[in-house]
Amino acid sequence: MLSIKNLQVSLEEEDKQILKGVDLEIGAGEVHAIMGPNGSGKSTMSYVLSGKNGYVVTDGSATLNGVDLLDMEPDARAAAGLFLAFQYPVEIPGVGNMTFLRTAVNAQRKARGEAELTAGEFLKEVRAKAKSLKIDAEMLKRPVNVGFSGGEKKRNEILQMAMLSPKMCILDETDSGLDVDAMKLVAEGVNALRSEGRSFLVITHYQRLLDHIKPDVVHIMANGRIIKSGGPELALEVENNGYADILAEVA
Amino acid sequence: MAVIQAKYDAAETLIAARSLPGGAAWAVEARNSALANLRQMGVPHRRDEYWKYTNPASLIAAEAPKADVFETSETRPFEVLDRLRLVFIDGVFDPEQSDPLALEGVEIEPLSTALNADIHWASSVYGVLEANGQKPVARPLAALNTAQAVQGFAIRVTGKVARVISMIYLRSSVTADAMVHNVIKLEEGADLTLTENGPVAARANMVMEVEVARGGAFHHIRAQGRDHQRQAATHMFARLNAESSFKSFTLTVNGKLTRNEAVIEFTGNDAHATVAGACGGDGDFLHDDTVFITHDAVNCESRQVFKKVLRNGATGVFQGKILVQPDAQKTDGYQLSKALLLDDNSNFLAKPELEIYADDVACSHGSTCGEIDENSLFYLTSRGIPFACAQDMLTLAFLNEAIEEIEDPVIAEDIRDRLAAWMERRTG
Repeated sequence: MLSIKNLQVSLEEEDKQILKGVDLEIGAGEVHAIMGPNGSGKSTMSYVLSGKNGYVVTDGSATLNGVDLLDMEPDARAAAGLFLAFQYPVEIPGVGNMTFLRTAVNAQRKARGEAELTAGEFLKEVRAKAKSLKIDAEMLKRPVNVGFSGGEKKRNEILQMAMLSPKMCILDETDSGLDVDAMKLVAEGVNALRSEGRSFLVITHYQRLLDHIKPDVVHIMANGRIIKSGGPELALEVENNGYADILAEVA
Repeated sequence: MAVIQAKYDAAETLIAARSLPGGAAWAVEARNSALANLRQMGVPHRRDEYWKYTNPASLIAAEAPKADVFETSETRPFEVLDRLRLVFIDGVFDPEQSDPLALEGVEIEPLSTALNADIHWASSVYGVLEANGQKPVARPLAALNTAQAVQGFAIRVTGKVARVISMIYLRSSVTADAMVHNVIKLEEGADLTLTENGPVAARANMVMEVEVARGGAFHHIRAQGRDHQRQAATHMFARLNAESSFKSFTLTVNGKLTRNEAVIEFTGNDAHATVAGACGGDGDFLHDDTVFITHDAVNCESRQVFKKVLRNGATGVFQGKILVQPDAQKTDGYQLSKALLLDDNSNFLAKPELEIYADDVACSHGSTCGEIDENSLFYLTSRGIPFACAQDMLTLAFLNEAIEEIEDPVIAEDIRDRLAAWMERRTG
């Protein structure tokens, strides 16, 4: 599904390397988690994969089902099946949540040569999916993320993910700012989307989220590289002992 | 001295260009008075404080600069409304294309007819609000209009009017120099919606004087035409009595030079005024909103909300002033002017002013100028929305803050559709 090889990335505006050769293979249907200390490059990786400005790829590659991601504009990456659930979903006053969702869904369908959804079809689908995420009609009507609580914003991310049916989902600290109940709701939303043809990369600081979204593989990222990979037990080790032991072991 | 002499010479040239119309004694007096005012002020000059951002040269030139007539097969704004249509061609009323001048709750007459008769209400408004609005800031083009205009309507509203009055300004000549003056009086408790749309002429000098009596409500929505080379100087003078309401919104896309002035005076307590505008400029385009609101009564609220989107070297100007007189306690004044610059070539020049002589007032103003938010753009594109479409969505969202000032949701939606279509054509 997602194949990252020796990915090296610097900031555009200053001579600073953030990713120093990341290698990562995620197979179809797998759930991988990435943990790591602050500043290790986790969020940068998610931004670079989805095409945010401000980064320069100096070496390496990233492909989604064999297609070169790094060469495409962000909208084309999305149409190819990539989705990033933002750590800080952006508030966009003046753009209605429904308009936004429908425009996005139909733009992707159009890009893939599929028929666009009619207003009726879209409405039916969005209502059903919103309901399971406890997103009410009022929230759908409001401008994108404006006046949403932290939990509502994250649920809105999952709703977008559900509507867009991506193949590769990256969740960037989706658990940050969520209370226990909200985290459970979000995790249920994610789990409902798990399927053989869909993979996940879950970036998190806390093992707790991984109790709800069970990963197949856990990676530890530090200083721009993945320094250790293992099973779910690796996340427990971090939770109990912090990163010091792992960092020392690798050094 | 040379500059000053040029102001007076140009005024004489403009005065000589049209004959002074006759009419009833009061009308002739109003015209003569405006003429005397103009001779004293001279025409606007670049060195004048309120013209330093906008060069008035083409507005005061002896002849109107040419402007091609913009042809489009698209429907015009406000066609969805139940309305009385008054059609002008090159600034001249065309009864053939217009509806009969009959509307319940309204007395409506062509300006030339009204100014030939002894109509008390008209004599208390025509040229009177304009003359009041000449201090402290001179508005010579409005005085010229009062002196010379023969086109336009005198409208007296006595009740709540169900239908909209819609002035439609079409063009046929590439050189026409139009002058239109509408004078409107809303009596106690009266309610009227007036729309104006179209480019008027190659060059247009428009004046509207509106007096709203106690409890009256006036809604004004204007869409200025899309002809690229057209020029316009418009003035809106409003006098607001107790508990009255005045709301005006202007949409401007294209046009080479547009100067829209609004001069509003609160003379009665507990009244409300909103002047708002959304503007999209591309290329050879200058749009100037100059607003002067005088609070001279207690507990009145005024709102100014102006949003401009500029690209390819377009220029936006905002000069907004709130003057709160010593006894105008409990005044609530709000002023917002924002520009979105879509490239590095475009300009926004803003001069917000507050002058407050009362203690118990709340006045706020904000003026900003920025580019499209990168994070919002990335968020939208990361969901699969193509860049150009995402940019349009954010541009519309930016302008929406001004459009939301329109009370009628049907008209607001019509305006949104116009803007969306304008952007779609731009991005192709």
